[in-house]
Amino acid sequence: MKILVAVKRVIDYNVKVRVKADQSDVDLSNVKMALNPFCEIAVEEAVRLKEKGVAEEVVVVSIGPKACQEQIRTALALGADRGIHVETDAMPDSLAVAKILNKLVAEEAPQLVILGKQSIDSDNNQTGQMLAALSDMPQGTFASEVKVDGDKVQVTREVDGGLQTLELTLPAIVTTDLRLNEPRYASLPNIMKAKRKPLDVKTPADLGVELASKISVLKVEPPAERSAGIKVASVAELVEKLKNEAKVL
Amino acid sequence: MSILVVAEHDNKTLNPATLKTLTAAQAMGDDIHVLVAGENCADVANEAAKAAGVSKVLHADNAAYGHHLAENLSALVVSLGKGYSHIVAPATTTGKNFMPRVAVLLDVAQVSDIIAVESADTFKRPIYAGNAIATVQCDEAIKVITVRSTAFDAVAAEGGSAAVEAIGDVFASEKVKFVGEQVAASERPDLAAARVVISGGRGMQNGENFVLLEKVADKLGAAIGASRAAVDAGFVPNDMQVGQTGKIVAPELYIAVGISGAIQHLAGMKDSKVIVAINKDEEAPIFSVADYGLVADLFEALPELEKALS
Repeated sequence: MKILVAVKRVIDYNVKVRVKADQSDVDLSNVKMALNPFCEIAVEEAVRLKEKGVAEEVVVVSIGPKACQEQIRTALALGADRGIHVETDAMPDSLAVAKILNKLVAEEAPQLVILGKQSIDSDNNQTGQMLAALSDMPQGTFASEVKVDGDKVQVTREVDGGLQTLELTLPAIVTTDLRLNEPRYASLPNIMKAKRKPLDVKTPADLGVELASKISVLKVEPPAERSAGIKVASVAELVEKLKNEAKVL
Repeated sequence: MSILVVAEHDNKTLNPATLKTLTAAQAMGDDIHVLVAGENCADVANEAAKAAGVSKVLHADNAAYGHHLAENLSALVVSLGKGYSHIVAPATTTGKNFMPRVAVLLDVAQVSDIIAVESADTFKRPIYAGNAIATVQCDEAIKVITVRSTAFDAVAAEGGSAAVEAIGDVFASEKVKFVGEQVAASERPDLAAARVVISGGRGMQNGENFVLLEKVADKLGAAIGASRAAVDAGFVPNDMQVGQTGKIVAPELYIAVGISGAIQHLAGMKDSKVIVAINKDEEAPIFSVADYGLVADLFEALPELEKALS
């Protein structure tokens, strides 16, 4: 079967985020960018399914500026076979992204689509669910285990109270949670090989999708800072302060 | 225009996150309907009818909704939701699972995880794991919104007397089947709703040592959490994780024990009212957000704390 994996280029998770002085957005100039961690887990899961012989082909797609070809090449170096770049300098919202992905799903006809549960920049946690509804495929979100069995996939999901297991009829959508797997590091030979793997470039217009969003960002601010309090010398002093000063005991 | 709030519940009781979401909904408008969809959940519908400020409860009771499967629940909400100005649900794993489907099926964009309501169409939400706060305006005809419930106080659970209307529509996808669940059974309060939370980190050294936290938690009626480091090290299961990638908590009192205070952990607890940190490394970043810091060996401090609370 064929697996489609959607990936996003985001600020590297180790970078300290700073808000621009004019409060228009977060400052992304000269900041290290990377593959969104949840997307990296999605690529790893697809590649493992290929290594187990469950999947024959892993196609990776990214939507964004020219530079996101770097992240597609990273995914190819991890073991994906082929890339699709939908090029746009706009910042499409999840609704538009889901519509673009839905067009690609119709073209590529994958049996499984794997996405990260959320990107670490906008933190929306929407795209996989939206794609599932648009493409009328069942969804297994926040997956910590994925088992393909014939025309079904069993997905164990991380939910608030513990774990929930669902059985989905393929084709299906899976979104990854952190503990699904630990992504490998790309080896140098694989990084070199990735440069020669095929990468198609399309535009949202080619796919007939409008990017205008009805959600506008009015302002971006740093969060209220919490200032450090005091150090107490002993457990007795701590309990006394909690009782008499903070009044929480 | 009216607002539809989709209740979070376990078919037996209304999750407190729903009462907090109602506070957010009241800031958007005043005619508030609550949808209780589940299986044998009449008690929940009656409970929702008593909540302050609710004018009507829609009660959909069918096996198809018993496990809150996103496919079925979203189809139901879309069928009921077209006449509303806002469709609102708590940003729990259930809300996060079905609400984007509601949005896309109505062909509108969604606003996720709001922490403040500025007006009926303008909201604040954390981005970049809470390292920035965005104010966003939503111009969609129907606003589909999930609410970070810890950012809002609960409405009164008693006092209302809304009518309960039965909804007979059944949407049941053939493509998804519930197989099972492992729900951590615990006598302790739920992490997200507890008044006091005590969490352990890598400094606990192993899972067995969490018994030291349990003894203190018993004295305080506290829920027990953990840092991602403690979960990744296999000390405790991942549903105990507090942080950006785990649960977001904001209790009256948060006690961090043996937790260094990585950004990812702070994102999950820094809105707690009072923060206590116990760590033997006085340079640990957790002290920069703690109201009360105790530089001590947790293996001595915890038994002492337990005794002091007796």
